[in-house]
Amino acid sequence: MPIRDKTVEIKTSPHLKKTVSVDQIMRNVVGALLPVCCWSVYQFGISVLLLLLVTTLSCILTESLFCRLSQRPNSIGDFSVIITGLLLALTLPPGFPLWMAALAGFIGVGLGKSLFGGLGYNVMNPALVGRAFVQAAFPVAITTWTPAFAPGRFSEFIPSSLALPFMSPVDTADWVRERAVDGFTGATPLALQKFHHIAADSMDLLTGAVAGSAGETSAILILVCGLYLVFRKMMSWRIPAGIFLGAGMTSLPFYLLSPEIYPSPLFVLLSGGLMLGAVFMATDMVASPMTPAGLWLYGLFIGFLTVVIRLFGGLAEGVMYAILIANVVSPMIADVTQSRVYGASAKRRRS
Amino acid sequence: MDVHKFFSRVKTFSHGIHPDAHKEETAHKTIRRTPFSPEIYVLLSQHRGAPARVIVKPGQEVVRGEPIAEAGGHVSVPMHAPVTGVVRAIDMLVPTVEGPKAEAIAIETYAAATQEVLYGEQRDISQMTPEELVQAVQASGMVGLGGAAFPSHVKLLPPEGRRIETLIINGCECEPYLTCDHRVMLEQTDRLIVGIRLLLRATGATNAIIGIEDNKMDAVAALNAALVGERRIRCEVVETKYPHGAEKMLITTLLNREVPSGGIPADIGLAVYNVGTVAQLGDLIPQGRGLIERVVTISGPGVKKPGNYLVPIGTPLHFLMQHVGSSMQASEVIVGGPMMGMTVASLDVPITKGVSGIVVLEKVKSNGGRQQVYPCIKCGECLSACPLHLNPSMLGQLAGIREYQVMAEQYNLDDCFECGCCSYVCPSNIPLTQYFRIAKSIVREARMAS
Repeated sequence: MPIRDKTVEIKTSPHLKKTVSVDQIMRNVVGALLPVCCWSVYQFGISVLLLLLVTTLSCILTESLFCRLSQRPNSIGDFSVIITGLLLALTLPPGFPLWMAALAGFIGVGLGKSLFGGLGYNVMNPALVGRAFVQAAFPVAITTWTPAFAPGRFSEFIPSSLALPFMSPVDTADWVRERAVDGFTGATPLALQKFHHIAADSMDLLTGAVAGSAGETSAILILVCGLYLVFRKMMSWRIPAGIFLGAGMTSLPFYLLSPEIYPSPLFVLLSGGLMLGAVFMATDMVASPMTPAGLWLYGLFIGFLTVVIRLFGGLAEGVMYAILIANVVSPMIADVTQSRVYGASAKRRRS
Repeated sequence: MDVHKFFSRVKTFSHGIHPDAHKEETAHKTIRRTPFSPEIYVLLSQHRGAPARVIVKPGQEVVRGEPIAEAGGHVSVPMHAPVTGVVRAIDMLVPTVEGPKAEAIAIETYAAATQEVLYGEQRDISQMTPEELVQAVQASGMVGLGGAAFPSHVKLLPPEGRRIETLIINGCECEPYLTCDHRVMLEQTDRLIVGIRLLLRATGATNAIIGIEDNKMDAVAALNAALVGERRIRCEVVETKYPHGAEKMLITTLLNREVPSGGIPADIGLAVYNVGTVAQLGDLIPQGRGLIERVVTISGPGVKKPGNYLVPIGTPLHFLMQHVGSSMQASEVIVGGPMMGMTVASLDVPITKGVSGIVVLEKVKSNGGRQQVYPCIKCGECLSACPLHLNPSMLGQLAGIREYQVMAEQYNLDDCFECGCCSYVCPSNIPLTQYFRIAKSIVREARMAS
C-alpha cells in the first residue's frame, strides 16, 4: 500500500496521557478500605459483615435508581459509590439495625450525591450525609454500642441488627450482660472520657480493642491504609496532617489547664472517629479544596471544629459534623486560597 | 521524585509533569541527510506574521539556496530554494498542518544536480554592525526552529524603551521523543557558540545563559569544554521536566524572574532563542546563506528507522515516511512533539521551518484508544501540574457551561499556552487543553467583533 493512502487519525494535543483514571483511584480506595473492613468483621463478627453488605448494596441500588430516573448512564462502574457504602457501614455501631443502615445508604447517596448530579458534584461527603440523617432520626440506635471480641460473634448476630422496621428497638443490654465482657459499660472511650473523665489506654485505642463504630476503632490500621493511598498519590496527605495538627493544637491548651477534666491531645487523635474521618472521609476529593494552602486550611478547620464539638458540644463525637461543615465551607476556602497566577501582579483580583 | 534529585537541587520551576521521555531511541543517532524528494513545496506562510512574496515565476530554474520569495513586511521572512530544480507551479497546492490548502511554490528537483549550495558569500561577522546583523538575520529567512516559527530578527529589536540585557539559549528540549536539539548541541557545538556571539553583538546583551535539562549531560560537557575562557556565555543545568522548554518556565528557573502576564521576555530585558535556531544562525550568517534545511527528529513506535534527519524545507511528509518506514499499526502522525504537536490529516503536508519533529504513534489497543470521560472529581492534579498556576479544573467547568468571558476575565485564560499538562494528568480524562483552545478562539473572535 502506498504510504500516501494510509489512514491517519486526527487528534488534539496532548497526545500522551498519564494512565491513572478515576475508576483506578476509586478502586484503590476500596482496596485500602478492605483491611479496615476485615478487622472490623473480625472484631465484631457477622453483624458487621452483614452491615457492610447492606449499606454497600443500598448505596449501589440508590445510585442505579437515580441514574435511571435522571436518564443518565449508570455510574456505579466508577466505584465511588462502593466507597460510600463501605465508609457508611464503618461509621455505624456494629449492632446497628440493618433496615436503618439501608435507609442511611439511600439518604446518603440519594440526597447527598445523586440529587446534586452524581460523582463530582456532591457538596458533602455522601456517607456522612447518610450518617447525619440516622443520627438525627435514630439517636438511640446510633449510640448503642456492643463489645468487641464478644464470644460467638461469628455464629450469631447482635440482636439489634435484625430489628424490624419501626418496631420498638431491641434492647441489647441483656445480650451484652450475657456475653459478660468485664467492665463493659456500653460507652465508647470518648463518652467515658467526656462524661466520666476516664481515659482509655492509648495502646487499646491504637489496636482497636475498644467499643465504638464498626470501623473507627483501630487507629493504627486506618493510618497504615491511608499511608498506602498517600504513597500511591491518590490521597492528599495535607488534609489528615492538617486535622491532626488542628485537633492537637486546639486540645493542648485545655489539657494543660486541667488534665483531669480535658483529654490529652494524643487521646483526642486516637479516639473516636477522628482517624477514620481524617484519613478516609475528609479526604473526599470532591468536597475538599485543591490548592496546598486550601488543603491545610480545610484540615486545620476540621481539627479545630472536632475538638470544639467534643469538648463543648452535647455529643461525645464531633468529627462528622466538623467534616460536613468544612465540606460546605470548602468552596470559600478554595476561593481565598487560589494560587497567584504566573506573571500576574499581586494586586489584581482574580477570584 | 528521585531521592538524589531532591538532594542535589537541580534548578527548576514549580509544577509541571514528568512524562516518559522516549528519547533513547534517537538521542545517540547522528544527524543524517535524507534524499531529495522529487518535488518540494515551499509554503509562503510557514512563520508567524505576513506571508512571503513570490519573486520567481513558473518554469524558472532555481539554484539551491537562491531566494525565491521576499519578506512580506517587518514580521516576515524570505524563502530560499531548498533544491536545484525548476519552479513547476505557484498556487494553493498542498495542505498544511492546520488543514486547508495554502499557497506554495512547487519545485521539481533536478535528479542529476549536485545539490551543492553555491549561493551566498562569506563575510566577517565581527566587522558587521548590529543593524547589519539584524538585516542579515532577516535575509537568511531564519525563524524560531523550536516550533514557534517566530521570525528571529524581530526578537533582536526589542520594543521602544526596552533593552535586551541577557540572552537565554534554550536547550531544554522537554518534549518527549524529540532529540534534534540534543544532537545539534553535540554535533554543532562550535556553530552554536558562533551564533551566540553573533546574537550578543546584534542585541548588545551583556551575557548569555544556555539552559539544558539534566538528561543531556553530554551536551553540557561538550559546551563547557568549548566555552573554556568565554566569560559572557555560561551553561546551566536544569531539571528534566515538561514544559521546561517553555520560555517563561526557563526564565523563571534560570533567573528567578517572571515574565508579566500578557507580556514578552523583552519586557524584563530578555530574549530567548532555541539552540537549533542559534546554531543555524551561526552557520548561515557568516556564509551569507538562507535557511533551506533543518534537523528533524523522526521517532515514535510507528517508525521503523527512528533518527535525526537533515531535511530540506518543503519535503512532503509521505516522502519522509517512505524513507524511514512506518509500522502497520501507525495511526497518528504528529508534527512537532507529542505534547504540543498537531496530527496531520494528510501526508501531503510539507516540512516547514518550524517542524522540530515527526512522531508517529500506534493505535492504542484497549477500548479503541478512547478513554471514558468522568466528571471532574476536584482531585487538584491539574492545579499542581499547570506551570502557570492557573486553575484548569475551574476553567474546565466554566468551559462546560460556556462561560468563556468569565474564563478570560477572572481565571486568566489568556495566559494558558496549551502545554497540555492538565489534560495529561487528568484522571477523569477531560480534554481540558482542547476546551481552552476553543475558549481562547471564541474569546478572540468576540474581542475582534466588539
